[in-house]
This record gives sequence, C-alpha cells and structure tokens, in this order.
Amino acid sequence: MNLSAALEVATATHSGMVRSHNEDSIAADAEIGLAVLADGMGGYNAGEVASGIAVAMVSAEIKKTLGGASGKIPDSGADSLINEQAINANLAIYQAAQSQSQYAGMGTTLVTALWHDNQMTVGHIGDSRLYRLRDDAFEQVTRDHSLLQEQIDSGMITKEQARFSQNKNLVTRAVGIDPEVEVEVHTYPVLPGDIYLLCSDGLSDMVTDEDIHLTLSSLQANLPLAAEQLVQQANDNGGRDNISVILVRVVKDFPAPRAGWLETLKAWFR
Amino acid sequence: MAKLILSLDGSVIRDVPLDKERVTIGRKPQNDIQIENLAVSSEHACIVTILNDSFLEDLGSTNGTLVNGNPIKKHILQNNDVIEVGKYKLKYIADMPGAGQATPDDFEKTMVLRSPAAKPAGPKSAGDTQAFAAQTASNVTSAQAPKPTASAAPAPAPAAPLAAVQILNGPSAGKELELTKNLTTLGKPGVQVAVITRRPQGYFITHVEGASFPVVNGKTLDAQAYPLKDHDVIELTGVKMEFFIKTK
Repeated sequence: MNLSAALEVATATHSGMVRSHNEDSIAADAEIGLAVLADGMGGYNAGEVASGIAVAMVSAEIKKTLGGASGKIPDSGADSLINEQAINANLAIYQAAQSQSQYAGMGTTLVTALWHDNQMTVGHIGDSRLYRLRDDAFEQVTRDHSLLQEQIDSGMITKEQARFSQNKNLVTRAVGIDPEVEVEVHTYPVLPGDIYLLCSDGLSDMVTDEDIHLTLSSLQANLPLAAEQLVQQANDNGGRDNISVILVRVVKDFPAPRAGWLETLKAWFR
Repeated sequence: MAKLILSLDGSVIRDVPLDKERVTIGRKPQNDIQIENLAVSSEHACIVTILNDSFLEDLGSTNGTLVNGNPIKKHILQNNDVIEVGKYKLKYIADMPGAGQATPDDFEKTMVLRSPAAKPAGPKSAGDTQAFAAQTASNVTSAQAPKPTASAAPAPAPAAPLAAVQILNGPSAGKELELTKNLTTLGKPGVQVAVITRRPQGYFITHVEGASFPVVNGKTLDAQAYPLKDHDVIELTGVKMEFFIKTK
C-alpha cells in the first residue's frame, strides 16, 4: 500500500559545530511509511559504520517486505517486523565489531517507526527519541534507555535537575554491543494532523522541549523549513553533537485495505 | 576526583575527597565527615557520587541542609556550590580534568553502560540504582573513561538585542509586536505566513507558506532566510510593518 499521499516527510542531518564526522544515519520513505534514525558511537569512523549498517539493513529489509504492489505488513504484525530487523542489525554490527579490530566496541542507538493502518509502531534502543505533536500537545513518546532516565525514574533527580547532569551521554542499551538486544516496541493510534519527530540527542540535549514544540507548531505549514530550523537552533546553542531530525506529518487517514466480500466481488468484476 | 572543603566561619578545616560512592555527613562518629556540633543531626546528609555527578541528599535532619543559601532535600552538586550544615560550610569543587587531556572531540561522546545480564528492565528503587551504577561504573564500554565536561548544560547563546515590528497600515496600524521568542510567525495561516527567527547573529525572516513571498524594502525575497536590519519595512498580505531594534 502506497502511503505517500497520507504522509509528508522532511529530514535534516548535520555534523554540528564541534564534531568533524557525522555519526548519525537516517532513512525515511513516505511510500511505505517508514522512518529510521540511528546515532552511532565508537572510535574513529566506527560510529558511522554502526549507524550506517543499522539504518541500511533495517530500511532495506522493511522496504523489501512492504514495497511493491503486493507488499503488506506480515501477519505476525509490524511490531515483530521491527523487532526482527533490529535484532538482525544488532547481530551484523556485533559480528563486524568482533571480527575487525578497528570496529571493536562500536554500537548505535536506533529508532524505527512504521505507519500502517492508522497506527504507528515504534521500536527503539538507546537515547534517540520519537516525539509527537498532536493539536497543541507535544509529547515524548519513547523513553530513553539511559542512566539519566533511570535516575529520573527512581526519583534520584527531577527532570529539571537532569538538564544539568554530567551523565547525559551514557546509554544503558545499544545496538551491536552484545550478541543479544532487547527492543522496546509499542503501537499507537494515529490521527490526521499529527506530526512526529524522530531525533538524535544532538537535538534533544541542545534545544529544550519547549523550543522544539514552538518551532514545530509555528512552522508546521512548511515541514522542510521546520526540520532545518531545529538543526539551526541546536547549532546556535552550541551544536556539540551531530544533529538529525526526521519529521513525519499525517496528512490523512490511511486504513489498510480490508478484503471484505464487497471488495472481493468488485475485484472479481474488474 | 571531586572534593569538599570544610570550613567554619571562613577558616578552612580540611579537604574531604569524594572518593567513595556514598559519603555521609553527621554528628556521630560513624559518619565519613563527622561534625561535632549540636546543630548537626546524628546522620545529617549524604553525598552519592556516580561517575562525574555528585548528588547531595538531606537525611531528614532537624535543622536542614542548605545549598547556596537555599534549603534542599536532593540536589545535583555544581562546581563551587556551598553546602551549609549547621554553622559549617562545605564547598564542592568538581573534578576538572587538565584542559590538555580532553580534546573537544571527546566531549559528550555517547557510551554504553553494560548492565549485568540478570538485571531486570524497568524502574528501580533508588537503592537499586545506586548499586547498579556502582557495578556499572567500572564497566563503561569505551577505551576512555568518560570525560567530564566543564559545562554540561547548553551554553546560553548570547542573546540578540530585543527587537519588534510595528504595523504601519491597515486597521491595526501602530500596533507593536515584540519579538521575544525564538520564532515569531506573521501573516495569515493558509494564505501567507513568514517567520522571524531570533538568533545569536540577529534576526532573520523566512517564507513559510503561501504562493507569494514576503517583500522587504520593496524587494521580494526568495526561499532563503533574509537578515533583517533596523528599520527594514516588511510587506506581507498587503500589510506593511517596520522592523526595529528596541535595545542596543
């Protein structure tokens, strides 16, 4: 099913003001309703390699499953599709890291979002995020797998104090570090008018949620400008890390075609 | 390593390194920092250090714990914070690595904390998290130890001077709109909208939506952001307005 009429996508990625490399990787395809973002880590170029493998593998495999005229979500569901692909990417990165010394210790965060049948399924690992703007409510949908989030959850520190923490950069889960990985997958209903934001921590650490909200709500008429503006704000605030942004707007409903008796009959007469 | 400087009435008593995960402060001798003063509770406060962060927590003391003059229950210590316990002061000095040790490129690299395989996912109690952090602190998967950053919070960009636009014609002529936010949109949604962004370099106007582009000083703009100068005249949907700097 082609979703390009139901979804509008804009992306932006930038190495920031400090780093010479961009270790983030992104892919987005409105046709199959897919957005993938990864923030790599590891010495030299290994971070780029890890995030590149993750995004390339996940997007290629999901495209293979959903692309073409007959492509549809498998019966096992979108969550198992996302879960499976993340596990495959994990294994590929882990094995590359084990076999090549220059890649030792590389890993990446990963957020995969798939829009299907008026729903969105998101799977994530690490501290790259997915946010949703619905009407005037701007919410963080994913919950970071990070030391800081655990400290917030346990009540050691508040969200306000977390802004001043020095432990921002410690993730508790990542793709490619261990032979096994646990993906957190959830499915949410989608409404026309929703805007979804996938971003690396280079955005969420440098620009407050309030400013991201303001930017999205005032520039929602021009999605590419909004994406560019978010990157610019992160850079204006110091741009200490790579910044990647994927914006997805739900233009209209996209129910999966139901093969009811009427459709079957109509198809038969066509 | 971070440390505390203990002092009374301005005279330094001693330096206390925060070399343990949990350092306690109180009147009783079992405390790591014993302060024999009746205003100090037997177990007054403690400081938990995880990697580069030190958390101060008041342990339900009778007279409370102050940081920089404000009473606190829990607090993330920042360099040069002054903790007050009774009449005693403890100044927190964060661990600052030599500038030569860390190149800017090493700052804020994301690293993975490997949790023990048996560790269940999900929220934990504070006690568990401390134990977990202690376990994992030595388990950071990276060739380098995490580098503390002198300024973890985003450096506030030098603010541009305050500016405003004043409407020059039409029914709202004379009305003034201060550009206090990072982004201010102008125009009619669905017809023509432009945005003025406030950046460290100054103010910029950019076309957002609509068939026609904004006009500045009689010239039609393209899709690029246009830097605004004092007294530029902007035209949008037939409305003229003047951009001007309010404070210099």
